[in-house]
Amino acid sequence: MSEVKPTAPWKASKRDRIRDGLIFLATALFTFLAVQATPLKGKLAYFVLFFISYAIATGVLSFLKYGYMSAKDSAVKVIIAAGGILTVIPIASILATIIQKGYKGIKPNIFTQDMSLATSTDPLTNGGLLHAIIGTLLLVLVALILSVPIGILTALYLTEIKGRFTKPIRFLVQAMSGVPSIVAGLFVLSAVIYPITKANSGFMGSLALTILMIPTVARTSEEVLNLIPQDLREAGTALGGTQWRTVAMIVLPAAKSGLITAMILGVARIAGETAPLLLLTGGGDRVNGNPFNDPMGSLPFYIWKSFSAGSEEAITRAWAGLLVLVLLVLILFTTARFLSTRKVTR
Amino acid sequence: MTTAPVPREITTQPRRSDRVFRRIVTAGGLSSLLILGLITSFLGYRGFEIFRSEGLSFITGADWTVSYDESNNVVDSNFGLGAMLVGTILSALVAVVIALPISVAMSLFLNFYAPGWLKKILVTVIDMMAAFPSILFGIWGFLVLMPSVEYWAKLINKYLGWIPIFEVNPYVFTRSPFVAGVVLAIMIIPIITSVSREVFSQAPLDRIQAAYALGATRWAMIKAVVIPHGRSGVIGGAMLGLGRAMGETVAVYTVLNIVFQINWHVLLGAGGNVASLIVLRFGEATPYEIKALMAAGLVLFALTLVVNALADVIIKRTGKSGR
Amino acid sequence: MTSSLSDVANAATPRVPGSRALGTGLEARGIHAWFGKHHALADVSLDFAPGTVTALIGPSGCGKSTFIRTLNRMHEFIPSAAMAGEVLLDGKDVYAPGVDVTKIRLQIGMVFQKPNPFPSMTIGENVLSGLKLAQLKTENKDDLLEECLERAGLWKEVKDRLGAHGGSLSGGQQQRLCIARALAVKPQVLLMDEPCSALDPGSTLRIEETIRQLSETMTIVIVTHNMQQAARVSDYTAFFLSDGGPGHMIEVAPTTEIFSRPKDKRTEDYVTGRFG
Repeated sequence: MSEVKPTAPWKASKRDRIRDGLIFLATALFTFLAVQATPLKGKLAYFVLFFISYAIATGVLSFLKYGYMSAKDSAVKVIIAAGGILTVIPIASILATIIQKGYKGIKPNIFTQDMSLATSTDPLTNGGLLHAIIGTLLLVLVALILSVPIGILTALYLTEIKGRFTKPIRFLVQAMSGVPSIVAGLFVLSAVIYPITKANSGFMGSLALTILMIPTVARTSEEVLNLIPQDLREAGTALGGTQWRTVAMIVLPAAKSGLITAMILGVARIAGETAPLLLLTGGGDRVNGNPFNDPMGSLPFYIWKSFSAGSEEAITRAWAGLLVLVLLVLILFTTARFLSTRKVTR
Repeated sequence: MTTAPVPREITTQPRRSDRVFRRIVTAGGLSSLLILGLITSFLGYRGFEIFRSEGLSFITGADWTVSYDESNNVVDSNFGLGAMLVGTILSALVAVVIALPISVAMSLFLNFYAPGWLKKILVTVIDMMAAFPSILFGIWGFLVLMPSVEYWAKLINKYLGWIPIFEVNPYVFTRSPFVAGVVLAIMIIPIITSVSREVFSQAPLDRIQAAYALGATRWAMIKAVVIPHGRSGVIGGAMLGLGRAMGETVAVYTVLNIVFQINWHVLLGAGGNVASLIVLRFGEATPYEIKALMAAGLVLFALTLVVNALADVIIKRTGKSGR
Repeated sequence: MTSSLSDVANAATPRVPGSRALGTGLEARGIHAWFGKHHALADVSLDFAPGTVTALIGPSGCGKSTFIRTLNRMHEFIPSAAMAGEVLLDGKDVYAPGVDVTKIRLQIGMVFQKPNPFPSMTIGENVLSGLKLAQLKTENKDDLLEECLERAGLWKEVKDRLGAHGGSLSGGQQQRLCIARALAVKPQVLLMDEPCSALDPGSTLRIEETIRQLSETMTIVIVTHNMQQAARVSDYTAFFLSDGGPGHMIEVAPTTEIFSRPKDKRTEDYVTGRFG
């Protein structure tokens, strides 16, 4: 018997691909000429015209070849792909803008100086965002310390205890994830600042961030804990372990990297949160290592303040701050991704 | 004659360490209830006075004025959230109307059209977009997107201006609810996309194959099997997006012109937003006005809670009707 | 499975093909199938004469389901799938470039292992769903609906509740609904992939009756694990086997012969229940 080669006759052949490419190019050319020749103008005109004419072109071709249903199928395919591209355009634009504009504001001095001796409108060589970076790190750290135990306990309740409150709690956690950040800010203002401390501080900001972070930690942890095989728990109990020991020595260690992912995703959620910090932290311009006293700066506050100042230097400062903030969020996000793609156990 | 067997009652007496453990975990689990309850009661407590003095006009009125005499006593106050509520709902609706078709297209693309490698990249990119801070969308929206959106708004006004909501008079397009809606749409696309992607991917494979075996094209299959299966889940995702859009603060604040006047014309540069109002007024507010802002916060909280709860119920229902 | 030999006496004699059937049958030539690197099926050539029922039997994993799915091009939905060979319908290769795959699937219908009516549709809509999916025109929907349900042996049971949802039927009724659905687009060939494996014996018998009746007007290929079933409904039987390597066809013959005097020792072992 001679060797038979596997083939995939349903895949596009070379000829098909060349034909598709030619249609694509022809449509692009047509779009270009049409925009040049008619009063239509702008990126929007290019985009809309290209996809409409491409959908029509492939549709007509399929119609000639296979008929009406196939024509509809091809045209819809183009429209759906256009929807996909529409999603990617803003992301690409945001990343491009942030790098292009923020890059100019990245000077060595901004990582070593704060704004106590400078104003937003000063040249970029004066002042920096050291206080903001330190502030954000401290705010996030305190929020992390407060929210992780609560979040993981909530997840443990949902996965290990499964008591009669399971359904309502799952519902409430979901509801809590929809709490507008400004409401969290107002709540801390009304419940802590006005009756008790009467002063802004970094800790107040962390309290609001904690409220926003708990649902993310709780829901991700719940998903992770649900992935731990049930027999692992049963093995623990069968060996005579109490539930507490089984959870502490078997379940939680097995879910370790997943729980770290949950924490990181929670941090990514709150690191750029702005609204409550505007109400609560006071937003100082000086490096402040004490979250419990005195106003505390943070990256979002710094960006907000610079952006509001409005001069060219100030806007560049805002973009540089955004670049630093987004890099921070992306690093966290990538780490979380990396950890969560590994196996849950070990 | 035999008596019917009576099941023995199994009683477990957990050890003390376990009882303590269970109590601590339960307490932690109930914290969400505690926090939501505290938010309601504190905001309610602070805003109570305003609710009483303004009554229903706090929701329906559109004025936001307060005057004081020399010794800072309130002479007259008018706190009406109407314009802000209308603006909040309007820009959130614009956002959902724009984001929903794009998100559905994107999730169909991911599930049924994109090759594996592209799907992986796009899912990461969309998740990443969900983690972008909202202030970034605000500033990018203001400096980069707004000129384009105003141009689109003018086009819509030119050709569809005869539809009442697209009317613009006076001829001002800057910082309209439409602009805010477009920025919010970009922010909620990742949310709606990930929910829709999830429900579409749960469409039963055997039904999909049945449709193909009956000679369906991919689109005919999607229409017959995937869309009916995922419809209510997608609606739930859209509600989730709506809730997020209504509670958004800084992104809206930067691109919206806040005017205390009820305005249903989406393209007109006069809008409102409860969350932005709070940021706008907070800086120079007197203690009395702060109370009004607290009351406004409570109204916003209630609104987003209702929308989120509905979304949750709708999404859960899809899970069940699947089989 | 010792009783299988006694069924031979009751098995129908092979009919003269093509008398009232639609089309000119189906022919598979040198079919291979792969999943990624895994060679699942090797070199199967099989002729399905019009108006006959062919049963494909063999132990699990012998490639018979894979084979049946290459016939109506359902094989290609597995992302890493590949194939070689030709499937000729009316003498034309269904894998030839430029062939509209949806038209192929309209002519070669399929019934699956588990009944899968569309949950969002009523009984009536389910039967006519193929017409809707492919946007085919029909003069009289009601007549077609009745005809298909009649041929699938379901009309009497559901005629008063065509507006009810497909999910409200029993498993056996659902499977007959799926058969009716496949019939509505008037295929020449009907592929059945273990259509009774999820059903109780009573429903199985009803479906077997349906198959016998349908074979008067169309070509049927049925994959089955149940040898009595193969003996009861089929004119020809093909035995598939995988001995470690890719699955392949050991032999094909009129059903009576396969069960009474198989040429291959392995076939004999299988039909007499010595393994499998």
